[in-house]
Amino acid sequence: MQGIYRSGNMTDVDGKSAAHTIANMAAETPVVDARLQNGAVETHCAYCALQCGMSLTVDGGESSVEVAPLDFPTNRGGLCQKGWTSADLLRSPRRLTSPMIRDSRSEPFREVSWDVALDVVADGIRSTQAKHGNDAVAVFGGGGLTNEKAYQLGKFARVALRTSNIDYNGRYCMSSAAAASNRAFGIDRGLPFPLPDLAESGAVLVMGGNVAETMPPFMQHLNAVRDAGGDVIVADPRRTATADQATLHLQLMPGTDLALALGLLHIVVADGHVDRDYITSRTTGFDDVWRVATQWWPERVERVTGVPVAAQRATVRALATGRAGRGAVVLTARGAEQHSKGTDTVTALINLSLALGLPGRPHSGYGCITGQGNGQGGREHGQKADQLPGYRKIDDPAARAHVAGVWGVPPETLPGPGRSAFELIESLGTEHGPRSLLVHGSNLVVSSPRSHRVADRLAALDQLVVCDLFMSETAALADVVLPVTQWAEEDGTMTNLEGRVIRRRAAVQPPPGVRTELEVMADLAARLGRADGFSADPRVVFDELRRASAGGVADYSGITWERIDSEDGVFWPCPSEDAPGRSRLFTDGMFPTPDGRARLVAVDHRAIAEEVDTDYPVYLTTGRILQHYQSGAQTRRVPALTDAAAEPYVDIHPDLAARHGMANGDLVRIVSRRGDAVGKARLTTAIRADTVFMPFHWGGEQAINRVTNAALDPTSKMPEFKVCAVQLERVDSQPAMEPSGAVVAGQA
Amino acid sequence: MAHREEQARRHGAERVVVVGHGMAGTRFVQELRARDRERRFDVTVIGAEPDAAYNRVLLSSVLAGKLTPTDVEMVPSAWYAAEDVDLRLGVAVEHIDRKRQRILTDQGEYIGYDHLVLATGSRAWVPPIEGAVDGDELDRDVAVFRTLQDCRAIMDRVDRGADEAAGGIRRVVVLGGGLLGLEAARGLAGRGVEVEVVHAVDRLMERQLDAEAGRVLAGTLRSLGVQVRLEAQVRAYDEVAGQRVVVLDDGTRIAADLLIVACGVRPNTGLARAAKLAVERGVVVNERMTSVSDPRIHAIGECAQYDGQVYGLVAPAWEQAGVLADTLTGGGSVYSGSRLVTRLKAQDIDLAAMGETDVDDVAEGSVAGVARNGARAADRVEVLRFADPIRGTYQKLVIRNDRVTGAIMLGGAETVGTVTQLFDRVALAPADRRALIFPGIADAGLNTAPADLADDDLVCRCNTVTAGQIRHACADGAGTVAEVAMCTRATTGCGGCRDDVVGIVAAATSADRTAGDGDGADDALSVPDRPDDVDANLVEVPA
Repeated sequence: MQGIYRSGNMTDVDGKSAAHTIANMAAETPVVDARLQNGAVETHCAYCALQCGMSLTVDGGESSVEVAPLDFPTNRGGLCQKGWTSADLLRSPRRLTSPMIRDSRSEPFREVSWDVALDVVADGIRSTQAKHGNDAVAVFGGGGLTNEKAYQLGKFARVALRTSNIDYNGRYCMSSAAAASNRAFGIDRGLPFPLPDLAESGAVLVMGGNVAETMPPFMQHLNAVRDAGGDVIVADPRRTATADQATLHLQLMPGTDLALALGLLHIVVADGHVDRDYITSRTTGFDDVWRVATQWWPERVERVTGVPVAAQRATVRALATGRAGRGAVVLTARGAEQHSKGTDTVTALINLSLALGLPGRPHSGYGCITGQGNGQGGREHGQKADQLPGYRKIDDPAARAHVAGVWGVPPETLPGPGRSAFELIESLGTEHGPRSLLVHGSNLVVSSPRSHRVADRLAALDQLVVCDLFMSETAALADVVLPVTQWAEEDGTMTNLEGRVIRRRAAVQPPPGVRTELEVMADLAARLGRADGFSADPRVVFDELRRASAGGVADYSGITWERIDSEDGVFWPCPSEDAPGRSRLFTDGMFPTPDGRARLVAVDHRAIAEEVDTDYPVYLTTGRILQHYQSGAQTRRVPALTDAAAEPYVDIHPDLAARHGMANGDLVRIVSRRGDAVGKARLTTAIRADTVFMPFHWGGEQAINRVTNAALDPTSKMPEFKVCAVQLERVDSQPAMEPSGAVVAGQA
Repeated sequence: MAHREEQARRHGAERVVVVGHGMAGTRFVQELRARDRERRFDVTVIGAEPDAAYNRVLLSSVLAGKLTPTDVEMVPSAWYAAEDVDLRLGVAVEHIDRKRQRILTDQGEYIGYDHLVLATGSRAWVPPIEGAVDGDELDRDVAVFRTLQDCRAIMDRVDRGADEAAGGIRRVVVLGGGLLGLEAARGLAGRGVEVEVVHAVDRLMERQLDAEAGRVLAGTLRSLGVQVRLEAQVRAYDEVAGQRVVVLDDGTRIAADLLIVACGVRPNTGLARAAKLAVERGVVVNERMTSVSDPRIHAIGECAQYDGQVYGLVAPAWEQAGVLADTLTGGGSVYSGSRLVTRLKAQDIDLAAMGETDVDDVAEGSVAGVARNGARAADRVEVLRFADPIRGTYQKLVIRNDRVTGAIMLGGAETVGTVTQLFDRVALAPADRRALIFPGIADAGLNTAPADLADDDLVCRCNTVTAGQIRHACADGAGTVAEVAMCTRATTGCGGCRDDVVGIVAAATSADRTAGDGDGADDALSVPDRPDDVDANLVEVPA
């Protein structure tokens, strides 16, 4: 069969065959059950939080790595194009393999030894802290780091650097849902049940999620609901691939999810679907919540959201019918969360699920669809500015005492809460802000709102150190770039969107010259006088993480790598090695709040931070596309993916395009008060005529986050990525756009 | 109170007195406090009704039995205490003394103000029908549908059922086929009461609907058990042999244990008139919601008149409340009138009406409006209609100069949200006007059969596989979905494209055989061309 596949898609940049073993991969081999079978290593995909099970088979000389899907509960044997091609990155010619430094940012980088590079970094840290204090060195982490790395990074910041300034790009992902879930349930685990439970449900409402594009194998679970006669309702300003497969699409105006949620609650009450017993015995706060919802009768909601009253009622009817049968689930994703009122929107949807009495019922509840690979674990173990391992609060004296005990330092030496991601970035290089920054697993120049300002902030630093696989847009601005291992080159654990702790397993040796971030931290800590307590062995780090998390909300103490191997992953909380992890939350009717009840919190709708006006008359919303992941630092270096999606497009309704004299394929410049970006017009009736969409995976002039609004949610500090006011211009002559991936400016 | 005034003066607080505790007054106080966290304002609210603030919009839901009176409470008393607002319920204001900047209550108390907000709303108007009214007094079998108390009284009668001795009711006549009358009628019919709507003019909701919509709506109401009688004038409300009857001008008698009068409302402007403020239909205010006669007096809601308009809906009242809160706290917003969307809140009737609706088909040239003297270019007016009266559907759109300026959406139009927002935002109508009535029509016909997909059409989104690539694989020997999956990865993501792939494979292999055998027709027929016919074993995919 090998010869059949002749598409040029799979040819690498340098023209040689990418040695894709597609035919082998798809051969009718059964799903591999053993961890290692015929030399195949069982692991999980490099990208999103679905963490699809896959096996990697390495041929003799490691010249080719064969990917095959596994029948893991989340992906059930499915893989998207990103997963199938994930191994291509292992042999990318663009891989960084030597530390690089430069004396000023106007110079090209030069390759140096690890010792030289680490000395430069350590010297920089010491001199910055000597002059400006400990907080003058900051750390920026990522939701793709393993639990071990995320944990160690938090410890490194607090113990080796003793800085309060550490935060991570998860602030741009799950922070709104996390804040709302903690407030309501006393716990923040993305899904309250194993993902296959979703498929068993009778009705699912997805608010602002496009899993058909972002985590395609997830669709199997949604489509199972639909195919069994249940309802799948998708609220999205765009008729996305997910909405297209739903039984009902609510095409709301951007930024009105909260009004819709309040209206749905109103109908739940007015149509007699409130679970009064549940409200009385298991929750608090309903009366205050209803007093707000009473002001959101469906006709008013229709006017604000554009969602017809009949569709609102149909949604509630579907959820009530589902509840009466197999179950009902309310899910949120970034579409509802990435707003200046994201926390309140999620709160309103949690209120809806509580009014219906869903959390704790079989195949029912509220869930957040986590995005980044380790978006769940990455937010639990201390790389958030206000947090310590085990989802503990850094300002809680008992939490400080416990963690300090594990770390062997006096509690009073632990710094307090620091700045959240965007606030941290805004403060870089300012009078009272950090003067030195270490970046791990993040490409913030592309992923932050007002991203060109981010570049300005980074330029104001005395020292920028970036650990990455490639010369990302952010690395290209650094003083020191450290090449680190990726996914299939390292061991560790990830916590997927279900709250299931799984193993990431090394299949290949890293290229010579590349080190793990655990090694980097250990080496740096030693240079900073902390030789002890920073192991480079992920298993040792995990065992310490278990102790640090013991007794916390996210308790991993009962989880061992052996258990993960034998149990197909272990759910947290898992406080005992002798008992299973809790795969389903709240089934005993109790919530981990002080009084054991879930809290309904009264929230009201409010306008978006930047309304359209005559100067900026069009709404912009942003998101992801199937072929790319996050800032594209990885996927833009996979030829098969860039062949399929080389550059960003702008989804625009034909009416709106006609008013601007634009045709399909024209270059469109999207301009806001903050900046502009350019993409190719893609005319589609799947988007509202008052709104355009552009994906955010690209850098330079193609970076739509130069345009987005940094208005922050007051609770979660989530920026308003999902809506702002823009104007459109047709670009008549082709601008000098950087070719995709050619971001090696300054590289020697 | 004297003490309170002194205290206010001591702190330099400005005294705000709000007359009226309805939708407008309540909202205003909330908007004010939201902008006044330092409590610079000393706020007193005076409400004539004894009930806590409730949501009048939902009274029809209460009457229909969907919500309880408790459900429609909006602001708990605790909020007023927490926000340090002096709330006086069951108190009426008798007089405004503009010179001394104070009001007199029916308790004989004077309350001074720096800003007086009139949010007195309106009252039901009851025509002088013999046997229904005696002076200002309503007969015991006559009710209006205006306040929570009215609502309770009607429900009380309904709950007593047909027991006439107990004052119960079986048959109700609703006088007035406007929005409120129809909501009341529908609500009562849902409670099993026989209801007839008697309306003086030739169509229901004549201010919002055209004749055809009125007819369709009447049909819908009848199907829900509400009788409708048009062009009927009520002469008297009599009693014949112990049965109350409504007597029409033509002598017709309609038995009615209760007569609900819903003939419209009149703004409560007595206080303002007596105080010699400029009052037309309502208290005349400027764009900051301030009386044109007195900068210390403001009016919002149904008692206010801006630019010749008195608004009877809640959305403008809330908008005005926000503007006035800005006015008092130094914010910059101004009121420039509201766009009205009327939405009937009645179970199983889906009706929205907005803007100019009674515009008829315009003769060719589609020019309407006055444009004779060349003062302005002639408007280009289009009228779109879709009617399916048997199924209760009627949709009409008036488009003036490419913008939706009026619409009637009756019978569950899927586009109602879109149309409402286009109207609200004065946005350009879609080039394909059909999209205003039939959503998704632009995409109709896009569901191409798999065999007809173009080579560059994407089939497997998860793995970016086109129909052409699948055909290519088939041409190279792949004959099953599993084999196609091996070569292209199509179907290996979410699996959603499996049927399409089956179809393409079936068509491709069919073509192959046809070509190969040279005995095309018969063989081709033997090959299944519908996915359902393909042996399930053929579509097994690895993993």
